[in-house]
Amino acid sequence: MQLLYLLIEIIVKCVVVFAGLMIVVAYLTWFERKVLGHIQIRFGPNRCGPFGLLQPFSDAVKAFFKEDLVPERSDKVVFVMAPMISIIAAISIFAVIPFGNQFTIPGTEWVVKLRLADIDVGLLYIFGVASLGEFGIVLGGWSSGNKYGLTGSLRAAAQMISYEVALGITVVGVLILSQTLRLTEIVRLQEGGFWNWNIWYQPVAFVLYLICGLAEINRTPFDMPEAEAELACGFNIEYSSMKFALFFMAEYAHMVTMGALAVTLFLGGWQPIIPQLSFIPGIVWFCAKLFIFLFFFVWQRGTYPRLRYDQIMKFGWKILIPLALINLLITALIVSLKG
Amino acid sequence: MAETRLMTINMGPQHPATHGVLRLVLELDGEVIVKAVPHIGHLHRGVEKLAESKTYHQVIPLTDRLDYTNAMGNNLGYVLAVEKLLGIEVPKRAQYLRVMMAELQRIAAHLIWLGTHALDIGAMTLLFYNFREREEVLRIFEEVAGGRLTPTYMRIGGVSKDLPDGITDKIWSFVRAFPDHIKEYETLLTKNVIWLKRTQGIGIISKEDAINWGMTGPSLRGSGVKYDVRKAFPYSSYDEFDFDIPIGSVGDVYDRYIVRLREMEWSNAIVEQALERLPQGPILSDNPWVALPPKDHVLKDIDALIRQFKIASEGFQPPKGEVYVSVEASKGELGYYLVSDGSNRPMRMRIRPPSFLNLSALPKMIEGSLIADVISAIGSIDIVLGEIDR
Repeated sequence: MQLLYLLIEIIVKCVVVFAGLMIVVAYLTWFERKVLGHIQIRFGPNRCGPFGLLQPFSDAVKAFFKEDLVPERSDKVVFVMAPMISIIAAISIFAVIPFGNQFTIPGTEWVVKLRLADIDVGLLYIFGVASLGEFGIVLGGWSSGNKYGLTGSLRAAAQMISYEVALGITVVGVLILSQTLRLTEIVRLQEGGFWNWNIWYQPVAFVLYLICGLAEINRTPFDMPEAEAELACGFNIEYSSMKFALFFMAEYAHMVTMGALAVTLFLGGWQPIIPQLSFIPGIVWFCAKLFIFLFFFVWQRGTYPRLRYDQIMKFGWKILIPLALINLLITALIVSLKG
Repeated sequence: MAETRLMTINMGPQHPATHGVLRLVLELDGEVIVKAVPHIGHLHRGVEKLAESKTYHQVIPLTDRLDYTNAMGNNLGYVLAVEKLLGIEVPKRAQYLRVMMAELQRIAAHLIWLGTHALDIGAMTLLFYNFREREEVLRIFEEVAGGRLTPTYMRIGGVSKDLPDGITDKIWSFVRAFPDHIKEYETLLTKNVIWLKRTQGIGIISKEDAINWGMTGPSLRGSGVKYDVRKAFPYSSYDEFDFDIPIGSVGDVYDRYIVRLREMEWSNAIVEQALERLPQGPILSDNPWVALPPKDHVLKDIDALIRQFKIASEGFQPPKGEVYVSVEASKGELGYYLVSDGSNRPMRMRIRPPSFLNLSALPKMIEGSLIADVISAIGSIDIVLGEIDR
């Protein structure tokens, strides 16, 4: 009986998390267009439903009904697989993100933990799966048989490898502090008000994480694989219909996970700002903090120009990685001195 | 070692950053450009040939469509050429109005350039700010001339209409607010490290090369050559205005960007001076063979009616001869070479488009640099294909 309940709980949680993530992703596109619109003295979507709130659905319907073209000269199997790899990786990262603590179902003793999986190598899992997602972009551009796509995917490969190194080293600082890879544990260690959050102990790492995160999700100063002005959309140039939409969704899902991970690692996850406010459910705190990051991702897109490919590589290898290493070294030193 | 081959990539004619229908064939070694060949002609409409079958007045709307961001300036060059052919004087008020409109148009044209250039480099927000100000200029044009993109405001011997009531206030409010808007653009770009990284030291062309390739306008001045037709060969009373010619030093994308920004400020100052000192008087030459008679005369006076009919239907016949007149358009030196055989239609009209010559120097700027620099360089020479292909 216990096993059956457990199974039901897992299935329900899977469905809820998946649906929730998809809704967040859908409304992130709406949110981005709305915010960018207001930054750019426009209105953004406002025709479809009140405040354009139905826009994501009409976009989805449109994407489904578009003709799905597969170029003659493409590597067809890889071409079809690439968007799937992207979206699967982007969604499965969310399995280990703890978006709330736990609650007891009223009238029973059944405790529901607000995360899909609480594995003890959570952070490693995230990095592993996230870099798997890059295969989608690399293979997608390469298999489409288009020179712009090829250039885009070459850039994607180079950029993501170099920024993943920096991102990884950055996060190690947090790991040294919390001595665990388990994300729930990292959140618990930041309990007791905002002064206990990792952002105060690892400010450099936090900034580096944001920069590398932007590169990781291909946002504006680093949107090399896409570079719409020079590569005419780069890796996804030959994609149409739902395949294109999948890439798009993967990008936004990745954005959400990057934000969620930042919340978990640096801003105390589901913990309230001060302990007195703990009557507000953790998931609300989590979403509020996530929102700050999502807004940041959109905001800087409206502000910055795009860097050049070689400048990005130089920036990654010559500035970010050394800084991350220094940060790691200092953290390790302090932690070991404190014993 | 494996054999390596160069990749040939066809950039355009349908490409988001080639400003219309420019086609560039790039040979790439990785991301480095080995060779770049611009191909033109996708927007050819035969303006020069069309002009041969139209009367002198009917050619004016054609010139609007050459560089469609700079219609007033194109009008101005053409009417000046015909006036030189005819040897007629233009009233002072008309000259000032022409200068005012041409400079407002220069601001509008540079705003489009700035927006699209920034968009190409990835700063997409600026475009909307630029179009906000450009809209004000276009509204002024709409009230003054009746048209926005293609106003066809100039006439041979003057301008089509005098300023309507209340428009001076609108122009004043634009002129007063505009310097602050330029500051706003500069906070977004000039002080932005990423922008500087993408523009400084990119697409360099030396002084000598720029002259040898026949570059003109802001693209030439970015390389440090102080040449501006408005100063060198003043026309339409430009010598009565007080303005400076901004120049760059290195000749890179950044210099051309700064030159255009400063030029907008000076254009703004010229508009201000024109408004302050706008003389009273007629707006059209009183030459009865060329200029249309005033409308109230036409309605009352049979002579005027006949003149109106004659000029509108068959135009006028300038003496035999040929002239060349050039003006400083927003992209550079725009020249008109007119040959008259004594009939009412030009026998030949040849246009010297500034963008065409500026574009020819593009391969010189970008060979050896990266794909992303091509985009910056194309943006920085500010080409309009309507003018290149004519």
